[in-house]
Amino acid sequence: MRLAYLVPLVLFVLIGIGLAVGLTLNPREIPSALIGKPVPEFSLPPVEGRKEGLSTADLKAGTPSLVNVFASWCVPCRIEHPLLMGLAREQIAPIHGLNYKDNPADVSKWLDQLGDPFQRTGADRDGRVGIEWGVYGVPETFVVDGQGQIRCKHVGPLTEWDVENKIKPLLRDLTAGKESAVKC
Amino acid sequence: MVAEFGHIALILALALALVQGILPLIGAARGIPAWMALAPTAAMGQAVLVAFAFGCLTYAYVTSDFSVLNVAENSHTLKPMLYKVSGVWGNHEGSLLLWILILVIFGAAVAVFGRNLPATLKARVLSIQGLIGVGFLAFILFTSNPFARILPPPLEGRGLNPLLQDPGLAFHPPFLYLGYVGFSVAFSFAVAALIEGRVDPAWARWVRPWTLAAWCFLTVGIALGSWWAYYELGWGGWWFWDPVENASFMPWLAGTALLHSAVVVEKRETLKSWTILLAILTFSLSLLGTFLVRSGVINSVHAFATDPTRGVFILIFLGVVVGGSLTLYALRAPVLQAVGVFAPVSREGALVLNNLLLAVATAAVLLGTLYPMAVDALLGAKVSVGPQYFNTVFIPLMTPLLAAMAIGPLLAWKRGDVGAALRRLWPAALATVIALALGLWLLHGRDALALLGLALGAWLGIGTLCEWALRIKLFAAPLSETLNRARHLPRAAWGMTVAHLGMALMVLGITVSSVWQVEVQQVMKPGDIARVGPVEYRFLGVQPVRGPNYTAQQGRFEVIEGGEVARVMTPAQRRYQQPPMETTEAAIRPSPVADLYAVVGEGDAARGWAVRLYWKPLVSWIWLGALIMCFGGLLSLSDRRHRVGAPARKRIAASAAAAE
Amino acid sequence: MLKRFAFLIALLAAPLAQAQPLDEHLSDPAQEARAREISRELRCLVCQNQSIEDSNAPLARDLRRIVRERVAAGEDDQAVLDYVVARYGEWVLLKPRFNLQNLLLWLGPALFLVIGGIVVYAVLRRQRAAQAAAAAAPLSAEEQRRLQALLNETEGQ
Repeated sequence: MRLAYLVPLVLFVLIGIGLAVGLTLNPREIPSALIGKPVPEFSLPPVEGRKEGLSTADLKAGTPSLVNVFASWCVPCRIEHPLLMGLAREQIAPIHGLNYKDNPADVSKWLDQLGDPFQRTGADRDGRVGIEWGVYGVPETFVVDGQGQIRCKHVGPLTEWDVENKIKPLLRDLTAGKESAVKC
Repeated sequence: MVAEFGHIALILALALALVQGILPLIGAARGIPAWMALAPTAAMGQAVLVAFAFGCLTYAYVTSDFSVLNVAENSHTLKPMLYKVSGVWGNHEGSLLLWILILVIFGAAVAVFGRNLPATLKARVLSIQGLIGVGFLAFILFTSNPFARILPPPLEGRGLNPLLQDPGLAFHPPFLYLGYVGFSVAFSFAVAALIEGRVDPAWARWVRPWTLAAWCFLTVGIALGSWWAYYELGWGGWWFWDPVENASFMPWLAGTALLHSAVVVEKRETLKSWTILLAILTFSLSLLGTFLVRSGVINSVHAFATDPTRGVFILIFLGVVVGGSLTLYALRAPVLQAVGVFAPVSREGALVLNNLLLAVATAAVLLGTLYPMAVDALLGAKVSVGPQYFNTVFIPLMTPLLAAMAIGPLLAWKRGDVGAALRRLWPAALATVIALALGLWLLHGRDALALLGLALGAWLGIGTLCEWALRIKLFAAPLSETLNRARHLPRAAWGMTVAHLGMALMVLGITVSSVWQVEVQQVMKPGDIARVGPVEYRFLGVQPVRGPNYTAQQGRFEVIEGGEVARVMTPAQRRYQQPPMETTEAAIRPSPVADLYAVVGEGDAARGWAVRLYWKPLVSWIWLGALIMCFGGLLSLSDRRHRVGAPARKRIAASAAAAE
Repeated sequence: MLKRFAFLIALLAAPLAQAQPLDEHLSDPAQEARAREISRELRCLVCQNQSIEDSNAPLARDLRRIVRERVAAGEDDQAVLDYVVARYGEWVLLKPRFNLQNLLLWLGPALFLVIGGIVVYAVLRRQRAAQAAAAAAPLSAEEQRRLQALLNETEGQ
């Protein structure tokens, strides 16, 4: 019967361990529900002044690609922009832009001034396609394989570390057609 | 210089807390009176030092001394004076200092009011208080120094979150902390009792006023927070089951259970180890709340800016305090022997039921609050636990609790008779039937929960009055005798009646306001009229206004009641410059019958404005009920046996027969 | 980590600067009520702990519009919720689903009540057994005195 008096202590220790693990987690990070799923069905006209729009078929062309959700009003997008320019120069895979809820004139100016890393851009004026993609914050970056399956999602501005350790290795593996060990 | 004085005062307080936490404990164990006598002096010294430090920080805020980092980050010269002062605790460091201030004030109060405590018990209680103080002072000094300087000082501060610039929220944290920290006294008494291996009615009487005071403060603190959410968040809701709200609600539930079980210890000398456990758990839940709010492990609207090192520190502290006390509990609680024996159906039995349901409710809230974290940690999946879950779980637990609340006080100690109690509750049964009939008629029987709420509110309210009437023999004896009995009814009994009535009012307020609320959301242009329940709102338009540190778009509505313009309401969207943020200022006309509540949202002259208009019957009863509950607690606190102070243990034993 | 939080907050506040479309309510009051109820069950993604019904965030507004469209198109509540879950995951459900993962969450309170009930029952039984054992033994002088005290107390009630 004396053991019963130990129960509160044991329960507390369990909760304490849980809390300690909880400290290492980020409660604000929401994993994408779309990883491993095909990209949503959509078709968007190009951003003003660009020729190529973006649609589902473009992402199933057999080569892996990067889809970057951006907007000219988004400050962090400006911060990650040089990294995208660098990636585009390296030509590892095509980068497509999904322009989220933007003003046509603003985004056109933005791309002209800062440089345009995108092969194709889709203008998602009302944000509906963004919702199909499960976008909740800009910038977001998706890695899509050649068959149009979403393999990775990154929320927030990319850092050099993300590009070198996640995006590039994953794209290389996908291009080589082998199973990737990159954790996303 | 003032900031440095404050810092030094905190360091000295830590040193004193170490003395208070160690020497009297050894003194009590070894029987060294001089060491035990250190405790009260150290407690009072600590209070003076921390109060001085708090004064220093307040001075820095009032004079807008931006060379103090904390002030620069959280204040602004344009802020009204009230918010300069309340800004002191509107941030992590300052609020922690307030926590500590309240802790040491409680310690000093035990030192002053605990004159008639046995020397060893008093020394041990104060020692434990001192050890808690050591933890918090180390926390503030090593991870969250409010007196850190910034060089060069900025010309202007960053300002206080506009949502916090509000009278309700200015006083919400102090009350909440008074509650949380007040339970530390019950905790210290519990740990001291475990060390002594002795819990008796005298102990229960000594703990009771502290528990009651903490409970009253916490009740008001939670009510203020809920009231703030009601009018400041602008969604008409008043309780969101947000993790931070839960963090304050769990100690309240456990504390309520503690209040009731302590009665059993006092009157019947049983449920001892359970009461000790509750005292430990109540304060542990307060600490857990602090951890949840300040470590960033949960998502919340209210959470402070977080920093992982703080989380680690609080977690270690939590481990030491809770783990240590529960280990002591496991070792010593088996020594505590129950004396009183009781039948399942008895006053004790009813209080056990109360404790069981409140404890399960506490555990359910804890489960729901921590579950997302547990799933994330174990399975890597993300879930959310929202109001729908808590409501689903809570209603089945509260229903029997409220039903039993009316019956319990009518049962005799040791062995009661439910049948007899129910027969004496016939007016309450009648009221329940009337409430049900009324509900069925008004609702056409559509909403079972609404009927349940009405029935429970009526049952509890009238049942509580029945018990009171029986006690004073209302209508059953000559008026003079009734008055005489009412005069001699112990304040504790009055307190229970009032607090239970407050609960009944709250239940009715919650039920009626959620079922009969009328909500209209629409786009309005100037001149439009919207009908909301029994009143009409005529929209007059929106105009810009300028406040001391914000600009606003203020809407104007004429409220038409019975064909006449009853009043003008002016909800607004405020835009603060520093920090840049928008807030929604609802316009509310509170009244005991129904609140009118208006919010103006986005829009412009061409499209019109999105508005939300409400008619909320009896919603104010929710907070009124909470205040009445608190008043009941205060009445009970003023009971003679607390004022006189508990007599010495021997006398209690001798007069046990004479009592009652 | 902290820096990233700051970024997110900055960028999500940004679209507020643009004029937002106002909510358009459904003409059928029953459908509108259903849409509201569904919106109350969906957690806003960018604002910590509110439902999309209670949020001013642009994304919440967009989701409300989608909910309304789907309700108007005749979908049942579950289908609308599924649509959002398919894109944003179960995280958005304020009322967690009753499945294996959430089993303990949903059954926990009932389990606590049962365990608590068993403990209370066991303690009361033990207490009674102890009482019976004590009653079998003759009373000591001290117990005699205490018994008298208890009897007096009962009379006093």
